[in-house]
Amino acid sequence: MNYLFAHPYEVWLRLLEHLELTLGALAIAFAIAAPLGVLAARKRRAGKAILGALGVIYTIPSLALFALLIPLFGIGYPTALVALVAYAQMILVRNVATGLREVPAGMREAALGLGLSPLQTLWRVEVPMALPAIVGGIRIATVSLIAIANLAAWIDAGGLGVLLFAGLQRDEPDKIVAGSVVCIALALGADLSLRGLERTVRRSAR
Amino acid sequence: MNRRGAALRIEDVAVRYEGTDRNAVDGVSLDVPAAELVVLLGPSGCGKSTLLRTVNRLVTPFRGSVWIEGRDVRDVEATALRRGIGYVIQAIGLFPHMNVAANVAIVPQLLGWDRSRVAARVDELLTLVRLDPVRYRARLPRELSGGEAQRVGVARALAAQPPLLLMDEPFGAVDALVRSALQDELARIHRVLGTTILFVTHDVDEALRLADRLVVMNDGRIVQYDTPLRVLGRPATPFVEALLDARDGVRRLGLLRVRDAMRATGGDAGDATIEAGRTLREALSAFLDGARVLAVRDGERTVGTLCFDDVRAAIVAAA
Repeated sequence: MNYLFAHPYEVWLRLLEHLELTLGALAIAFAIAAPLGVLAARKRRAGKAILGALGVIYTIPSLALFALLIPLFGIGYPTALVALVAYAQMILVRNVATGLREVPAGMREAALGLGLSPLQTLWRVEVPMALPAIVGGIRIATVSLIAIANLAAWIDAGGLGVLLFAGLQRDEPDKIVAGSVVCIALALGADLSLRGLERTVRRSAR
Repeated sequence: MNRRGAALRIEDVAVRYEGTDRNAVDGVSLDVPAAELVVLLGPSGCGKSTLLRTVNRLVTPFRGSVWIEGRDVRDVEATALRRGIGYVIQAIGLFPHMNVAANVAIVPQLLGWDRSRVAARVDELLTLVRLDPVRYRARLPRELSGGEAQRVGVARALAAQPPLLLMDEPFGAVDALVRSALQDELARIHRVLGTTILFVTHDVDEALRLADRLVVMNDGRIVQYDTPLRVLGRPATPFVEALLDARDGVRRLGLLRVRDAMRATGGDAGDATIEAGRTLREALSAFLDGARVLAVRDGERTVGTLCFDDVRAAIVAAA
């Protein structure tokens, strides 16, 4: 822990990089996953194809995924971002689709029958009811990305992983401990607060 | 305050669901006069719900057409059409994340009513379905009993004063006692508002109790369309006879009123009394309890007498 107290500013910078990478990836990932999830929930065949393809990406070891993307996006931040976005897709799309599919058929029927347009039915009825599953997906994706983002340091894209890799290379356990502790705290904090949000939306969605 | 009921005309409508080899609705034509309550009755799978859903275009026929007040439903944009038609389903479909007031207000809000008009309409409707607005407005659907939820469902369907109300087995999921209370409420609301109602059920007693006219369906076709009394008295086919258990004379008595069978003579000469608006089925109970002649009362006045032979004459005349 000495490193943490001796160089708080350095750790703080790495934490900010880590946050920027994970939150940026999450935002982009969700923007892509939301429409894909709706499509997967609506069309059975398309859903199978989408989830199948994403499942394949999900099984690629994360280190290998980073390596595979280097020829396309070079060394640095863009590659890390793309890898994290790809990695989160599976979790987010699956949860959006499951949440929407679990809305009872009668709800959609009632909404359409009352004269809500399909888009209004989605926004006013289906999404609010699917929200617990969607927030659950965001939580799992966030925690996973916080862990995987450590690999970004390996391709020079910053983050708390910088401390870990430096510590390993130069045999400085202090750095490893500092990086790990902050990363674990970040993951736990994200998990706890998103669990709280999940509980809140679950209460109002039933 | 309410528009009068709309006339509905269904012409040679046929529906086939994808992946099936027979028509769910097979060339059905039906005229529903304005302000009547018409019940579609038949076994499950006979096409009655499908036919209902062609009216608000949740189902699209491959042949035939549906007209509301002389206007082809295909000429109206689907969401606009549906906002002008009330719709109640068995699953009720109250939105669980919205309170009672928000559920009832949904169509008026879509129609762009201003806030105060919506709030007033919500209270008016909750009162109409006999739920105290002050107590129920802010409740969530999960805090309602099955009967209360169904009342809210009816209120929501009536929110924008639709001239036509579609009801698809609306009382199927509540227990018998609550169902009969809801049926009474619906009959009262129908009398008060004069809304045209198309009502789907597989419950024969419910159908007989509510219907101005009864449509008996089987295998995607209409087998008989007439008043409940005439369907019971002269079932068109053995299927109708079996479905309605039409030989059951007591069932027919449930459709006849004391007022229509009594003799307007006599004074107070009964050994028991009965209200003129009661059914002959209830009169029969009184005879079985030992009465020989019933004095018929209309409020405070005695208006006639009824004996067992009058009941028998009425049932013969009705057949």
